[in-house]
Amino acid sequence: MFRIQITTGGKVPIYRQVVDQIRSAIAGGVLAVGDPLPSVRGLASELVVNPNTIAKAYSSLVADGVVESQQGRGYFVTQHRQIYTKRERKRRLEETIAPLVAEAVTLGFGEDELIAEIRKRFAKMTNR
Amino acid sequence: MKAPAIELKRLTRYFGSRPVVRDLDFCVPEGKVTALLGLNGAGKTTTIRILMGLLSPTRGAAMTLGQDATKMSTSTRARIGYLVEGHFLYPSMRVRQCESFQRVGYSQWDDSMFREIVDHFGIDPDAKVSTLSRGQRAGVSLGLVLAPDPELLVLDDPALGLDPVSRRALNETLIEFAGGGRRTVLLSTHLLDDVERIADRVAVMVGGRLKVDASLESFRDRVTFFTVPAGATSDASDAKPFAAVPGLIEARRLGGAWQLAVADADQETMASLSRVAGDAVTRNDTTFSDAVLAYLTRERGDGSFLVSGRQASGSVSTS
Repeated sequence: MFRIQITTGGKVPIYRQVVDQIRSAIAGGVLAVGDPLPSVRGLASELVVNPNTIAKAYSSLVADGVVESQQGRGYFVTQHRQIYTKRERKRRLEETIAPLVAEAVTLGFGEDELIAEIRKRFAKMTNR
Repeated sequence: MKAPAIELKRLTRYFGSRPVVRDLDFCVPEGKVTALLGLNGAGKTTTIRILMGLLSPTRGAAMTLGQDATKMSTSTRARIGYLVEGHFLYPSMRVRQCESFQRVGYSQWDDSMFREIVDHFGIDPDAKVSTLSRGQRAGVSLGLVLAPDPELLVLDDPALGLDPVSRRALNETLIEFAGGGRRTVLLSTHLLDDVERIADRVAVMVGGRLKVDASLESFRDRVTFFTVPAGATSDASDAKPFAAVPGLIEARRLGGAWQLAVADADQETMASLSRVAGDAVTRNDTTFSDAVLAYLTRERGDGSFLVSGRQASGSVSTS
């Protein structure tokens, strides 16, 4: 079952946590194209979070093209459109790779080990 | 834009010769949850008492729901729910009696709302107040304040001394209550985690003055933390060199490094930092609590306090 979990007091703002978890649920196949997202009010009550925070997370997902809002019906996972240019996508990817590689090096992992871990992760995602 | 639910104009209050609230210009927008933060004695309760019309200002004015708070009509007062600090109820009454006692004063009363809230806090309506826990008393108080369906809710430290279960029930009730954006909430509190969850806006009072008035998010974005190794400055134990950094909120020594909090860091800030500490400066992620604490600890007067001349530049205002 798809469940979002929120922590407070951390470095990631709550709306970001919601966005990240929905994105990874979609990437991992837990949420499929056409699946509805919980209503803003419902999710806000469930997580004990201000509804405006949830609304903000949802509009950011809409802006990224992974979710669409259907008037009066709510939010649904949509067929992902590539809304960014190749260059922008690459820039975004690099932004997340840099800290990942730095962390791996600090922890004493080599290039091959890191790549193996990434492969495992991919396999896990597509096997669901 | 809608008129604010509460508007304070250069509000000042002295107790004897001591200023407790100083030149407060502050708006509580309609339909939002605004959290008022500050150490004990920062002037939060005094401000709340003034805007409720229970205390008159020495100078300046408080407008509540469009009316001068010192001359508030009873019909305006009936549109406001006010929860005082401490959750006082008569110990000899039963929960049911509290309700019938309170409702006499109101033309509008939602029985089912009261019942739901009391139930949500796990309280038996036949229980005597004297047998209730502090958290349960908070639940009864909240029910009494919400049952008249107020459009403005003012809560003075509602979470003080609550157990985690009641705290959660309080947050859930507030989210449910304020959720539609039709109602306005102003609450003072010390619980930063709860603020992060439920508030739209955050205001921080320090020594009677308003230091921060911003949306939760822009507040977080506008406060930046930097780490400078203690050896990077000329004197490792002296915070003075940082006083010249534009927007500095707080500099504190943490182990072998200085932790700096800066408001609205820009190129000038970076330039000034590199003049003081060279290229040994690193930027850190901000947590909401760290940002609030940076404002609060400064006033504590311990080693982290810095010259007052820069205070003005260190404040975050309306976004």
